[in-house]
Amino acid sequence: MEHVVDQIINGLQLGFMYALIALGYTMVYGVVKLINFAHGDVFMVGAFVGYFGFSQWGLSFPVAVLTAMVVCAILGVVIERIAYRPLRYAPKIAALISALGVSLFLEYFSSLKFVFGPNYRVVQRPFEEVQWHLGSLIVTNIQVMVFVTVLIMLLILQFLIYRTKVGMAMRTVSVDHNAARLMGVNVDNTISMTFAIGSAFAAAGGVLYAIAYPQIHPFMGIMPGLKAFTAAVLGGIGIIPGAVLGAIIMGQVETMTSAFLSSQARDAIAFAILILVLLIRPTGILGRTEPDKV
Amino acid sequence: MPKATSAKKTILFLAATLAVYALVRFLETSEIINPYWQRVLDQALITTMGALGLSIIYGFTGQFSLGHAAFFGLGAYAAGVFDKTLGQGSLPMFVVSLLIGAAVAGLMALIIGLPILRLRSDYLGIATLGFGIIVKVGMDNSSKFMPVLGGATGMSGTPQLANFDWVFWFTFLVIILVRNFVFSSYGRACTSVREDEIAAEIMGINTTKVKVLAFVLGCALAGLAGGMYAHRYPFLHPSSFDFLKSFDFLLVVVLGGLGSMTGTIITAISWVFLLEGLRFVLGETFIDFRGVIYALILVVAIIMRPQGIFGGKEAGFLIPKPLGSLAGRKGGGNAGSAT
Repeated sequence: MEHVVDQIINGLQLGFMYALIALGYTMVYGVVKLINFAHGDVFMVGAFVGYFGFSQWGLSFPVAVLTAMVVCAILGVVIERIAYRPLRYAPKIAALISALGVSLFLEYFSSLKFVFGPNYRVVQRPFEEVQWHLGSLIVTNIQVMVFVTVLIMLLILQFLIYRTKVGMAMRTVSVDHNAARLMGVNVDNTISMTFAIGSAFAAAGGVLYAIAYPQIHPFMGIMPGLKAFTAAVLGGIGIIPGAVLGAIIMGQVETMTSAFLSSQARDAIAFAILILVLLIRPTGILGRTEPDKV
Repeated sequence: MPKATSAKKTILFLAATLAVYALVRFLETSEIINPYWQRVLDQALITTMGALGLSIIYGFTGQFSLGHAAFFGLGAYAAGVFDKTLGQGSLPMFVVSLLIGAAVAGLMALIIGLPILRLRSDYLGIATLGFGIIVKVGMDNSSKFMPVLGGATGMSGTPQLANFDWVFWFTFLVIILVRNFVFSSYGRACTSVREDEIAAEIMGINTTKVKVLAFVLGCALAGLAGGMYAHRYPFLHPSSFDFLKSFDFLLVVVLGGLGSMTGTIITAISWVFLLEGLRFVLGETFIDFRGVIYALILVVAIIMRPQGIFGGKEAGFLIPKPLGSLAGRKGGGNAGSAT
């Protein structure tokens, strides 16, 4: 029984990490209806910048996280400006292919020797891992840190979206670009802002990921990116609580399958559940079905 | 007289095909193309077959699939293992194994397509992507239920019977098949589903049937291409069929221009040659830049031509005569949106 609870905690840790990445996917999808395949690689860049920050540039850990977030926010805005904006009113698939191209670019460019290099790097944590025994449960300080950080970030996001002008603009743009423009919303800036926030979240996720699973390499973003994206779809893409819900489910499914079934079947079970959920609710758990227009 | 020009066109097409075939054979025998480039050429043609399958599914029917490589892989493994255990290098068995590869992929497409094709756009894409990952996990663990498949260590030992002749003429057959399908009433039904599903439904088209038909046919072509691949390249490994490979097919179809067979064929061939060409041009010192340049070309190409290189255009010989004026006027143009 304790074993199960331990696994639930591990699953939450993974799920919360996915949530940070899934938020970026879902926000971007909400405003531009684009699956931003490069998002997983922004996460990777965040992990690397954070790692360099606290291990080589001598920054303290919180400052390193903030640096990674700022660098990735800028990166996200630049990617949108160069690769997606020219295609905003082109067929949707064109922007998707562009996103794939950007994703490959970030992966291979990071693999170059004078950038991050192609090798795996082991992350030296800036602090020791401490285990606390609560009864028979084991909780680590890393897990607590992940939970607290993610909760704080979620609160900030909630505030940003529902209590600020930028958030209101983002909600408007997600409904209709032209109507938003008529209401005086600067659509371009709002979309840039969305990419900045989403990428900053991915960067925070990246650094936490590097601390929790201490190994980083240029292709590390692919699988977490894909899982987080799946989580966003599972919850209903474009809907922020959906992304968090989906991510928590993904985290649980993955850890439960590896712990009690087989670690190799992990991905297969996760995606089988996704397909089953979509068959019952074709737009995700919290997704709204729009009526067909004739 | 339209009939006579149509016959003339067919003869021209056949003559051109024979000329291309003869040219490649000549270059091969006179050793201007070495075996390395010969393999690249075969790879390009196999990719063409698979990409034409996705072209039917996405380009002509508008069903977003991100799991095409899974069907390619299923075909490769099915054909490979059949020929390895039962064929022992006889040519009839080789052809049978190719058909089995296509049938297995097609059957799987039917089983998975019936439920998931009711999903729309990105949701369908992610469901097919998920299916692709499930298949990959299955391949990785295949040795547990069938040791001959080799699981994560890969499978070798398929008789290498597919040479350029086989690959070339099968590609030729596939092109004819796809062309005839697209301009048949079924193909027209597919296009109408792509343009507007509700309107198609109102016109009396059974959209579910059409979507499943296109999906099964497209995936069977991928399976056929996979079977050919298994007989041309001796080593099958699950990582050759993962979701990144599906993106390769997708980008060929999109870069070529949705709803253009010409675009798919030309882009598939040039894309494979571009990748190998880069290896050659960059040499030892700059080989690390290959991925970077590949990615940049992809981004620049799609920004320059968002509708694809041959968006909506079709080479004359791929259009049957009675439709010639129709297709010439409008073509399969605005296939764009993934919705």
